[in-house]
Amino acid sequence: MALHTLIGMVDVESPPGRGGGGGGRAEPARAGSETLRPPPFEEFLESNRTAVYRFLLASAGPDADDCFQETFLSALRAYPRLRDESNLRAWALAIATRKVIDSARSRARRPVPVEDVGEAASSADPAPVDANDPLWQALRTLPPRQRAAVAHRFVLDLSYAEIAAALGGSEEAARANVYQGLKKLRERMGNDDAFEE
Amino acid sequence: MPSRNSGRRAGGTAAEAVAVALRAMTSDAAAGSRRAASRIGDAADAAGLVDIAYGTVDTPIGALLVAVSRRGVTRVAFEEEIGDTVIELSDDTTMRVLRSARGTDEVRRQLEEYFGGRRHEFDVSVDWSELHGFTRKVLRETARIPFGSVLTYREVAGRAGNSRAMRAAGNALHANPVPIVVPCHRVIRTGGGLGGYGGRLDRKEALLRMEGSLL
Repeated sequence: MALHTLIGMVDVESPPGRGGGGGGRAEPARAGSETLRPPPFEEFLESNRTAVYRFLLASAGPDADDCFQETFLSALRAYPRLRDESNLRAWALAIATRKVIDSARSRARRPVPVEDVGEAASSADPAPVDANDPLWQALRTLPPRQRAAVAHRFVLDLSYAEIAAALGGSEEAARANVYQGLKKLRERMGNDDAFEE
Repeated sequence: MPSRNSGRRAGGTAAEAVAVALRAMTSDAAAGSRRAASRIGDAADAAGLVDIAYGTVDTPIGALLVAVSRRGVTRVAFEEEIGDTVIELSDDTTMRVLRSARGTDEVRRQLEEYFGGRRHEFDVSVDWSELHGFTRKVLRETARIPFGSVLTYREVAGRAGNSRAMRAAGNALHANPVPIVVPCHRVIRTGGGLGGYGGRLDRKEALLRMEGSLL
């Protein structure tokens, strides 16, 4: 199954695996099926959590925990319909990328902070990235696609093809996003005493 | 880092500086993601995205795993069975099986009360959907045996509709997916012998002793 097909499924509600009538157990779909099945969700979460979180620390900063939760809840929503266990990491990163872009958009629409959805960050926990961190201050001025591209490139070492898959565009666009993002970041960092060695 | 390619080279040392700074910023990802991942089960449960929630509870007879489907308690497993049971439950990946304190809260609380001597009856729904035929009848009847009393295999078989099917009743009880909640330990031999118990005989003995059915 192509990655874009998987990504397209992310927000599909009530997947067919749900048993009808009373919302009970689903019928196991694997009997007689030759299709590769993905690993159990918790295994998927365990093997991808660090890469996703690493990406989100750089691309969502103080919102990393919220984006992390939204990413894996979206993945969980689609999970019973997955039929292919290839490239689950790419799939997870693509969802996370979209959460970063969406969260930046909704933040722009409502600059006044509203109460966060869910129970992601309990008040006892410090923000995963200090909102005043000079590097984050520089990162947050980038358009979200560029910020995501820079994080993919320099935090996760993704290839441009992989970045393109995560961003949902061409490899050229991925390259341009990395280049523009890096250029802006260098300017911001160059103008800030906090980055002087 | 010699393997880094074009983008990095084009950017030269400044790109390298960006990479180094970003790596420092994200160096805590393993621990941070463990924290964040541990909250997914409860968040998913709150969002209605969990098909089977599981959790553990410590009791005098060892840790117990409890698993709760959308229909009710679907599994209780003894300490040594916990790992295998989670694997078995997770095997059907169309089911979303997650550890969640929230999703197992009620049954864990009732088990703690039971083992603390503060509860004689479980007030939780049991998921009967995978139990069929005589097995289901036997376990249904077993669920009605009150705290502090016992029935023989023959009596349970009889209540389930066939008093001669003692062996079948024994097999049904042995395969009970929800021990303690469905108290199969309250079924003993006609002569007063304990009979068998899937979760080790010493546990059956301990449970009966706790309920005052055994001195």
